[in-house]
Amino acid sequence: MSPKTLFEKLWDAHQVVAETEATPAILYIDLHLVHEVTSPQAFAELDARGLAVRQPGRTKATLDHSTPTLAAGADGRLPWSSGEAEHQVATLRRNTRRHGIELFDFDSGRRGIVHVVGPELGFTQPGMTIVCGDSHTATHGAFGALAFGIGSSEVAHVLATQCLLQRKPKSLAITVSGQLAPGVSAKDLILHVIGTIGVNGGTGHVIEYRGSAIEALSMEERMTVCNMSIEAGARAGLIAPDETTFAWLAAAPRAPKGAAFDATVARWQAFRSDEGARFDREVHIDAAQIRPSVTWGTHPGQVAPIDARIPSGGGADADKARAYMGWHEGEPVAGRPVDVVFVGSCTNGRLSDLREVARILAGRRVHPRVRMLVVPGSDPVKRDAEAEGIDRIVREAGAEWREAGCSMCIAMNGDMVAPGQLAVSTSNRNFEGRQGKGARTVLASPATAAACAVAGMITDPRAFLSTEAA
Amino acid sequence: MNAPATRFVSRTVVLPQRNIDTDQIIPARFLTTTERAGLGRHAFADWRLREDGSPDPQFPFNRPENAGASILVAGRNFGCGSSREHAPWALVDLGLRAVISAEIADIFRSNAQKNGLLPIVLDEAIVDELIARPGIELAIDIAAATVSMPDGRCFAFPLDAFARTCLIEGVDALGYLLRQEAAITAFESSHPRHFEESVHAS
Repeated sequence: MSPKTLFEKLWDAHQVVAETEATPAILYIDLHLVHEVTSPQAFAELDARGLAVRQPGRTKATLDHSTPTLAAGADGRLPWSSGEAEHQVATLRRNTRRHGIELFDFDSGRRGIVHVVGPELGFTQPGMTIVCGDSHTATHGAFGALAFGIGSSEVAHVLATQCLLQRKPKSLAITVSGQLAPGVSAKDLILHVIGTIGVNGGTGHVIEYRGSAIEALSMEERMTVCNMSIEAGARAGLIAPDETTFAWLAAAPRAPKGAAFDATVARWQAFRSDEGARFDREVHIDAAQIRPSVTWGTHPGQVAPIDARIPSGGGADADKARAYMGWHEGEPVAGRPVDVVFVGSCTNGRLSDLREVARILAGRRVHPRVRMLVVPGSDPVKRDAEAEGIDRIVREAGAEWREAGCSMCIAMNGDMVAPGQLAVSTSNRNFEGRQGKGARTVLASPATAAACAVAGMITDPRAFLSTEAA
Repeated sequence: MNAPATRFVSRTVVLPQRNIDTDQIIPARFLTTTERAGLGRHAFADWRLREDGSPDPQFPFNRPENAGASILVAGRNFGCGSSREHAPWALVDLGLRAVISAEIADIFRSNAQKNGLLPIVLDEAIVDELIARPGIELAIDIAAATVSMPDGRCFAFPLDAFARTCLIEGVDALGYLLRQEAAITAFESSHPRHFEESVHAS
C-alpha cells in the first residue's frame, strides 16, 4: 500500500461515498460545533423542510460572538449590545432545546469561544472530522482532526444528514525545522508563515504543519498555529497527534476514560503521515529565522518583524493598506503610538496566553493613553486564570478583565475600536473595519500586545523579557 | 431555489482591489440578524456609505450607470476571510448573479454556489483587462461554462460538474444528501463508536 498523508487517512476514514467527476464525495462529520451567528438560518431551513437533526449527540452548541463580556447588572440582566443580539442568542437556545442539542449556556460554567470550548472539554479528538459555521474551525486541526469552516447552508446539511458534499482538497506540508528563538511565540511563527506563503498561499489546500519546531509546541500553541490556517486561505490546518496531544486529552473531562482511553490512544496513533507520503506542495521554514512579528497592513499576509520597517512598494493594494493604517514606507514598525490593546480570541485567548500577558504586566502599569481589554476564551479559562491571580495583575495594571467571548476580535457585541484608533490585537484578522468601522488593527502575540500596552506604542516584547531575566 | 436561465448578459461592475474579504462584503456588525433576506442594503456598507451615512457617489455600486448590473469583476482572492454565508446572501440581494476574479476563496466559492451566485475564475490577464474596462457587456453561459466578450472572444472557466447541475437543473444539494440515507446509515454502523461512548455521556 502506498504511503498516505495524515490528511488522506482522515479523508479516507470518513468517505461515505467517494467522489466522481459528476459528484463530490460525501464526507461523514464526527463533530459539529454550533454558535448563535451562523446557525439560525440553518435551523430555519430544517423547519421549512420539516426535517429533524439526524445525530443530536454529535452537535454541541455554545454562545460566543454576540454575547456581552460585561457581567450582568444588579437587576440580573446582561448588557446586550442590541435587542437583535439578545434575540439571536434566544434563538439558539430555542433551537437546541427543540432538537435535543447540548448547549453550553451562561449557567453551564463551560461557555466560551467555540474553538476554545471544544478542545477544553475533549470533544475535539484526533482522527475526527469537525465542522462549524466558522472559518476558525481550523483550530481543532491541532489535535490531528480534519476541521474546517462551513457556511450556513452546509450547517443545515450536517444537522439533517451528518454529512457534507466535498471535493477533495490538495495537501501542503509546511515543515518548520530547528527551534524558535527565546521570546518568539507560536503566534509569531504563524504570522511568519502567512507572510511567507501569502494570504492566498494555502487556497485549495489542507496544510500539515510538521518539523521539530512544531513538535515542540504545547497544545495551546498548536491551536494558535492551526487557527490561522484560514488566514493563508487554507481549507484546514493539521498537526499529527503525539504524547503532547494524548496528555491534553487524558485531562479533558469529556474525552474517553480508563481502558477506553488506552484503546483510543492506540487508534489515534495511526493518524500521522507515513514515511515517504507525498504532498501536493511543500514549504520549508527555518524556525531560527523567525522574529517577533506583527501585521502592518489590512490582511494577515502583510507581516513584518517588529524590529523592521514598513515595506516599500507592493502595488496599489499595499499603498491602500498603508494609507488605511496611516503608515509611511520605510517607517519603523516599533514606536507607533497605540490606542487599544485587545488580548483574547480563539487564536490567543487560552490560559497560557493570559499567563504570558500577566508575566509582562506584573508590577507594571498600562500606559495612560491605552485602553486594554483582556477577555478569557472560556469560563474555565477565566476561572483558572483567577485562581492564579491573573485577573488581579490585569486589573492592577489598569486593564479591563472581562467575561468570556469573541469580543473585540469581531466587534459584534459592542466591544469595539473607535474610528482611526490603532489597536494591537492578539486576534486573527486585521481587515479594514474588522474591530469597528475605521479601526486599524495590528495583529500580534500576547507578549507583544502586553509590551505595547505598557509602552503605549508598538514595542519589541523581548525588551521586557530580558529585563525579567536580569 | 428556482433553476436560473443558463445564459445571461449583463454589464460589469468593477472593484479592482485584491483580497476583498467578507468583512468588506458585509461587516460583522450586521450579523446579529437571524434572517437571510434583505442583506443587500448592508453590502459593502463601509465602502458604499460616507461618514454621514449618505451614499458615496463614486462607489461603483452607487453609480447610476451600474444600476441593474449583475456581474461583479474583482481583484484576486475575492471573498477571503470568514465563512459567513451572509456575504453571498448580501451580493445576491444586491442583484448579482456572477463574480469574476483571478482567484476566489474556498468557503466563499462554496457558499456562493449554494445561492445561485456563480463564482468564475479566469486567467489574471483576462481579469486585468475586465478590470480596466468597467461596464463592458459580458455574456455568461452556465451550461458551456464560458464568458463571452463583446468582440467575440470567449473564455472557458472551471465549473464543477455537480455545481453546474445544481445551477442549471435547480438540483438541491440537501435534497441530494437526504437521498443518500442508506449509504449514510451503512457508514454509521461501521464507523468507530468511541465518540458516542465518551462525548455523548454528559
